[in-house]
Amino acid sequence: MKKLPLWADLVLVPLISIVLAALISALVILAIGGDPVEAVSVMFEGALGSPYGWGYTLYYTTSFIFTGLAVTVAYHASQFNIGAEGQAQLGGLGVALVCLALPWPHWALALPAAMVGAALFGAAWAAIPAWLAAKRGSHIVITTIMFNYIAYSLLQYLLVTVLRPAGQMDPATARFPSGASLPTFHDIPGLSGIFSPSVPANISFFVAIIACVAVWVLLWKTRLGYQIRAFGKNEQAADYAGISRTKVIVISMLISGALAGLMSINNVMGEAERLLQNSAEGAGFIGIAVALMGRNHPLGVFLAAFLFGFLYQGGAEMGLWTDIPIELRLLLQGLVVLFTGALDEMVRMMITPFFRRKEAR
Amino acid sequence: MDYPTLIAILDSTLRLATPLLLACLAGLYSERSGVVDIGLEGKMLMAAMASGVVAYLTGNVWAGVGAAIGASILFSMIHGLASITFRGNQLISGVALNFLASGLTVLIAQALFHQGGRTPALSGNARFSTITLPFEAEIRQVPILGPLYSDVLSGHSILVYVALLAVPVTWWVLYRTRFGLRLRAVGENPESVDTAGISVVGMRYGALVITGLLCGLAGAYMSTGLQAGFGREMIAGRGYIALAALIFANWHPWRALGATMLFGFLQALALRPDVLSNFGLSVPDAFLDALPYVLTVIVLAGVVGKPTPPKAGGQPYVKER
Amino acid sequence: MNNTTQSQTRRHSAASSSSQGAAKAPAIELRKICKSFGTVRANKDISIKVQPGTIHGIIGENGAGKSTLMSILYGFYKADSGEILINGRETIIPDSQAAIRAGIGMVFQHFKLVPNFSVVENVILGAEDGRLLRPSIAKARRELKRLAQEYEMDVDPDETVENLSVGHQQRVEILKALYRQADILILDEPTGVLTPAEADHLFRILDFLRAEGKTIILITHKLREIMEITDTVSVMRRGEMTATVTTSQTSPQALAELMVGREVLLNVEKTKAKPGAEILQIKDLRVWNDEKVERLKGIDLTIRSGEILGIAGVSGNGQTELLEVLGGYRTGRGTITVNGKTLDLSGRSDAQSRRHDGIAHVPEDRHHHGLILDFPAWENFIFGYHNAPEYQKNTVLMDNAGIVRATEEAMQRFDVRPPIPALAAKNFSGGNQQKIVLAREIERNPAVLLIGQPTRGVDIGAIEFIHKRIIELRDAGAAILLVSVELDEIRALSDRIAVMFDGEIMGERLPEDTDEKDLGLLMAGMRDRNRVADEETPNDYNDPRDDNDDDGADGGDAGGEGE
Repeated sequence: MKKLPLWADLVLVPLISIVLAALISALVILAIGGDPVEAVSVMFEGALGSPYGWGYTLYYTTSFIFTGLAVTVAYHASQFNIGAEGQAQLGGLGVALVCLALPWPHWALALPAAMVGAALFGAAWAAIPAWLAAKRGSHIVITTIMFNYIAYSLLQYLLVTVLRPAGQMDPATARFPSGASLPTFHDIPGLSGIFSPSVPANISFFVAIIACVAVWVLLWKTRLGYQIRAFGKNEQAADYAGISRTKVIVISMLISGALAGLMSINNVMGEAERLLQNSAEGAGFIGIAVALMGRNHPLGVFLAAFLFGFLYQGGAEMGLWTDIPIELRLLLQGLVVLFTGALDEMVRMMITPFFRRKEAR
Repeated sequence: MDYPTLIAILDSTLRLATPLLLACLAGLYSERSGVVDIGLEGKMLMAAMASGVVAYLTGNVWAGVGAAIGASILFSMIHGLASITFRGNQLISGVALNFLASGLTVLIAQALFHQGGRTPALSGNARFSTITLPFEAEIRQVPILGPLYSDVLSGHSILVYVALLAVPVTWWVLYRTRFGLRLRAVGENPESVDTAGISVVGMRYGALVITGLLCGLAGAYMSTGLQAGFGREMIAGRGYIALAALIFANWHPWRALGATMLFGFLQALALRPDVLSNFGLSVPDAFLDALPYVLTVIVLAGVVGKPTPPKAGGQPYVKER
Repeated sequence: MNNTTQSQTRRHSAASSSSQGAAKAPAIELRKICKSFGTVRANKDISIKVQPGTIHGIIGENGAGKSTLMSILYGFYKADSGEILINGRETIIPDSQAAIRAGIGMVFQHFKLVPNFSVVENVILGAEDGRLLRPSIAKARRELKRLAQEYEMDVDPDETVENLSVGHQQRVEILKALYRQADILILDEPTGVLTPAEADHLFRILDFLRAEGKTIILITHKLREIMEITDTVSVMRRGEMTATVTTSQTSPQALAELMVGREVLLNVEKTKAKPGAEILQIKDLRVWNDEKVERLKGIDLTIRSGEILGIAGVSGNGQTELLEVLGGYRTGRGTITVNGKTLDLSGRSDAQSRRHDGIAHVPEDRHHHGLILDFPAWENFIFGYHNAPEYQKNTVLMDNAGIVRATEEAMQRFDVRPPIPALAAKNFSGGNQQKIVLAREIERNPAVLLIGQPTRGVDIGAIEFIHKRIIELRDAGAAILLVSVELDEIRALSDRIAVMFDGEIMGERLPEDTDEKDLGLLMAGMRDRNRVADEETPNDYNDPRDDNDDDGADGGDAGGEGE
């Protein structure tokens, strides 16, 4: 295997991957009779061209940071958590139960409580796959996929039969009390002049940034993180060092599930203000793309989450103002995962000759 | 539950189990060769779209099936490129292909028909007609067993019978042919195959072609047999249920038949809420929907015998010194 | 029946070739083979000739380039330059298929068998006669029966391979090659996994094959085997072939010198041990593996402070399990006490608690156990001791800067090159990797040091350094348990030697009161000179060592003189 400089591996490979994904998407747009140039300009205009666009872009970014971090923490313990989607849905349930439990007087009280609820429920949903992986050797990928579907069914049942207020048609909980309403960017001093009341980006964005720092400290500055990474790199050696397999798998998955669950303070508490069916809307899966693109580092996750936030908001605007369906986002997402996660060796091989020539000189 | 109701449920069991069975066998070939494939869902989706589109445009269902197989094999080959040639992560490749399929199918169908990502309804020769098995009318008269033959087995589209036939054929290929021997070997210990002078890469690509073919049939059945046309996300997790069935079946073709029939039965039951309520049971639909997944988790937990997946599954093959 | 006649004609030609001697074209000739991996030159201008019907040994240290050369011959690698001639004809071997066609069969160190296949399925894999299996299996069954009679290789064709003993699995590998009509058989370190009895049987099979006119290449790093069975021998060192000689005209010392490029000096300078109090006591220790097979069958050992107890034995006789139980990551039954404290063997305690009890452990396999290869040296330096209070800044954070400093100092003391704490472990050489592990385990002055294969894959210079450090730790009062498959190392370092066979201690010796022959008998499972064949060993063990005893001991003794 030829070696690339570290910066190329960390920066260039993801960048080329996104360029490749964009090129292929452009070809698809051409093939279905669209105009890629128009598409790109609509995306930029829609996502970054106005405070309104930024408000949405950062709203999506917030969700993707949480799920990207969730996938990242599990990844370092060599667990591929594909169940962030289900864990985020359960996190939403936790948020809803907390918000509806009391007539919250102020968001500053409601937010910490809701975070606890979100994290606990998300972690709980990761607990069984984690325990099965640690104790019974069940493949975490398969079990977390199964738990995504079980979560979907569970929430469907709860929202239709248990949590739906009498007289309401659609399967959703009641509205949260106004005291549980999180300040949006419009409500935040200093930002209120820029953002209109209609933007969904809210204070959770700053919680997400804190989460990035916390995950970085956890993984690289603490004993637990050391043990998680050591176990992820070499399970046998972890035995030798007395690092408990069960402990690392279960704790890393609980943290992963908690992070996925925490996403729902953004979408459920910050935006919808009630729990709807399929509340995570695929953000759990985007977390996979974000983690891969971000090279499983919190800083990378932050940047990749912003990129996907841009793609999501831009894609939505594109679906609105052009003939190109909004599903182009899924295509891009798939291509990014493919290039950064599965074909990264190909990308590396593509750029290696350039570096070899440089060395020869 | 009276007998005619049971017959009706068994009839739809067979109908609903067919795509699961085809996809499950598809996964069996791939995983037996050592390539884990969680992209069954995406391949089926692509195939369903391709067959819906081509069958509508040509008015010929067989052209649709051909397109389905082509689209599915194309995806299979991308999976091969990532996981065999470039030794990428097979799980991630599968996830990526599922996203790709979700996006591409809607983009293409929308661009062609502007019906919200659907294809127009298929009719006539663009759909599979049902086949009446021989002596259907005569055997119907036999008490108890007659309806099983005439109402359950008879009267399906040809792909149902293809799927059923694929079970013994797969068994025969795996355990009675040279290809099967090498396929099983490459999934257990690819070095044994490599040192015997057989190409590991070739074997795995070969397996993936079969996987593509069978997923193609599964997808084609969805849009031209089970339903009349393609709709967005119409596979609705069947690829993952097939994956679950494969684990349930411990990667064995006959047990795959059993597992997919069980899961098909659960789906059929979910379509008939009246049946369970007649028993005085009020089981929410959501519970029946979730049951295949719950059962699979129980199997994975090793409560009823530990699943033994092919040992080399998920590992890209790197030649050692 | 076709096959019988074929092999008969081949036998005739082989017989005639041996009578003609060197006039016949060599079965294998390599001319100026070169192969590089990046900047590493694995093979430099290698040339050899091997006459048909002979056994040719290739000897050299780990990493000398033996396996690379054989991989080229078997089509795994393509040589950068050079020629291969088979029976005098230039042959290009782009892949294994071509090697098989050219009549080359290979028995790898790690078997290439499908564990859940039957013997006959493994044998026909890749050599089937048609698309359907039935005729191939029937034919292979007949052929296996014939080969079994001809070469004393009785294996049940329908047994599943994973149920066979290691020796029998190796026989399946040889049968695979013979079934493919191989005339040239390459065996890569074939005895590393065998018991002495199995190794003897293997050599008997090789004798038969040579008599049948087959050409055999035996790759090994064991001098005894070269002296015992080969006709000619080539020595490799650092990718070069330093000599090719007739075995009967050389001596083990001469070969050893050629292998390492200078006289082998395994005589470790040490004073007599001054054993103190009993530190480690093991009583009736029993261990079962995951398949519920008993691997340790009642071990009793005692080690005092300031002494080294060496465990000799063929690998796979329970030494690994012993280290793992003591190291805290395998469960067992029995009693182990350290400084009077009884250890919990039930699995409730782990490798962390062992470290608390003063047991340090240099594991046998540093790549899989001792190091995280992707981690930098400084993170490896605290591996297993990451919870130690001196590495923590406060209750939450680790003192990473302090750890880097400590690592840098330790690297200086242990002469680790390059002394860069931020360099990933995988970028150090084997010897320097081992020094990192050693520095970590030795420098805390443990009460007990477990050390497995201390110098495996380590260059000569580092070996001396490592041995010296072990002695120093002994003299500082530690109780040391040394496990090594290198008998020379055991004899050089140990103050007492215990020999393990099949999960039991066959006997204890003082190094000055024993010799290789004596230890060899214990290693073969013959307790205290009681030469009764062990009935539990496979049925092929009908004539234990009678033939080879003298030869083996000669080779062994001579090898021992090199010390």
